[in-house]
Amino acid sequence: MDDFLIRALLAGCAVAIVAGPLGAFVVWRRMAYFGATLSHASLLGIALGLLLGVETMLGVLAVCVVVALLMGLRHPALKADLLSEDTVLGILAHGTLALGLVAVAFLGDVRFDLNAYLFGDILAVTQNDLIGLYGGGIVVAIVLAIIWRPLLSATVDEELAIVEGVPVYAHRLVFMLVLAGVVALAMKVVGILLVTSLLIIPAASARELSTTPEQMAGLAAVAGCLSVAGGLWASATYDTPSGPSIVVAALVLFIVSRLVRRST
Amino acid sequence: MVEMLIEASAIDVSFAGRQVLKHGEARVGSGEIVTLIGPNGAGKTTLARVMLGLLKADKGEVRRRADLRIGYMPQRLNIDPALPINVNRFLSLGLSRADIGHGLRHGVLKETGVDHVVESPIQKISGGEMQRVLLARALLRKPDLLVLDEPVQGVDIGGQAELYALIRKIRDNRGCGVLMVSHDLHMVMAATDHVICLNQHVCCAGHPETVSRHPEFVALFGASVAAELSIYHHDHDHQHDVHGNVITAHEHVHEHDSEHDHG
Repeated sequence: MDDFLIRALLAGCAVAIVAGPLGAFVVWRRMAYFGATLSHASLLGIALGLLLGVETMLGVLAVCVVVALLMGLRHPALKADLLSEDTVLGILAHGTLALGLVAVAFLGDVRFDLNAYLFGDILAVTQNDLIGLYGGGIVVAIVLAIIWRPLLSATVDEELAIVEGVPVYAHRLVFMLVLAGVVALAMKVVGILLVTSLLIIPAASARELSTTPEQMAGLAAVAGCLSVAGGLWASATYDTPSGPSIVVAALVLFIVSRLVRRST
Repeated sequence: MVEMLIEASAIDVSFAGRQVLKHGEARVGSGEIVTLIGPNGAGKTTLARVMLGLLKADKGEVRRRADLRIGYMPQRLNIDPALPINVNRFLSLGLSRADIGHGLRHGVLKETGVDHVVESPIQKISGGEMQRVLLARALLRKPDLLVLDEPVQGVDIGGQAELYALIRKIRDNRGCGVLMVSHDLHMVMAATDHVICLNQHVCCAGHPETVSRHPEFVALFGASVAAELSIYHHDHDHQHDVHGNVITAHEHVHEHDSEHDHG
């Protein structure tokens, strides 16, 4: 196996391992659209990163954190807002995507491979990228472990958790920030357009086989790693684009999990 | 002297400019069962939510005893079917890590009659079982105050009486205070020490029997219901004018504003 394939596999698994448990929460809390909004906003982050001459992942992280703060801090005042969360997310998602595309135009003659950002460039992952991915992944995993119990409690029922003394808004905000971090990490693997798929599809595949929240989170991580391995194998064998191949592999796993459900 | 657990006074709440509660008040002492009754939209749940800290009142004050532990049983819980969780795990979520292993658990599960469903996925149990599971979760927290929002919702008639009896027994055994929200009169009246009748303001309050004789209560729920509930033949000790204002003073009646109408 070639070095670049091993690096790609290691990078993909780093992201899949944290995306699994986080994706489980995204599914339980019905925050798929929030994930999609983060991924759309990422293009603006990439453009800003290139314009300012900093690492694109940092640009993505910055923009995603701003979006997470906007949504996370908005919630307690929801009563006063006449627009639903859905609508606000739609405005943010497409507003930031359009801003990103416009900002890209200002880059002028800077060499810019839009496709690599939209669909990922996992085969080009370097040693340094790997260090960044694992460092970021470990931070995300630690934060998630710390907020796991209260976040789960708030996910089951927010009001019950509030009465029982859980600071649910603080945990929700931390969760959104962690999610912003994972989107920035996953961008390298599947690209910004497909980031949400790595969060949602493995978690959805894990549902049928799980009886506890932790089991579902763990199985989602496993399903994510299998998708990365399967996608990379297909990409190497049939010369297909690696990011989309990973998502197709995740989709195949999901369909298999549905068929397993039917037959039992 | 009963120790005061929680007291809400002069609570005003409005949603989108429409006032749903004016001058709401309620207090619960330890060992006391207080019930908020009234028709739909009367502000019962709103007042309870303000007292729980789930809703901010426009005006008014809620005072709690220091370190008050509240066990809350919400009206209903909708847990996403995508979340795999059984009853046992659900019950543990209400406790701090240190409390999970304590011996109280077995007793509470038996008392509330949910020991046979602990392994079931929470989304698969019946409405009546869910109410008891919610009660069990509230009790496991060893609460000083139980707040029950429509506790018998989705429970059949036989089960309702049983559940009210259980709530009374819980109060007797533990001496905790109970704040209940209900729109169903008959059984609540029998299970309650103090009734607060709401219709966007406090119509009347007091002992169940006193309240059931109150003219505003009669106007709100109809004479036949009131007659059924009140045991003795009686004369009203005060009357209302056309605006619903009290003409003769009564110890349990609060001042009314003439803009309210009691239709």
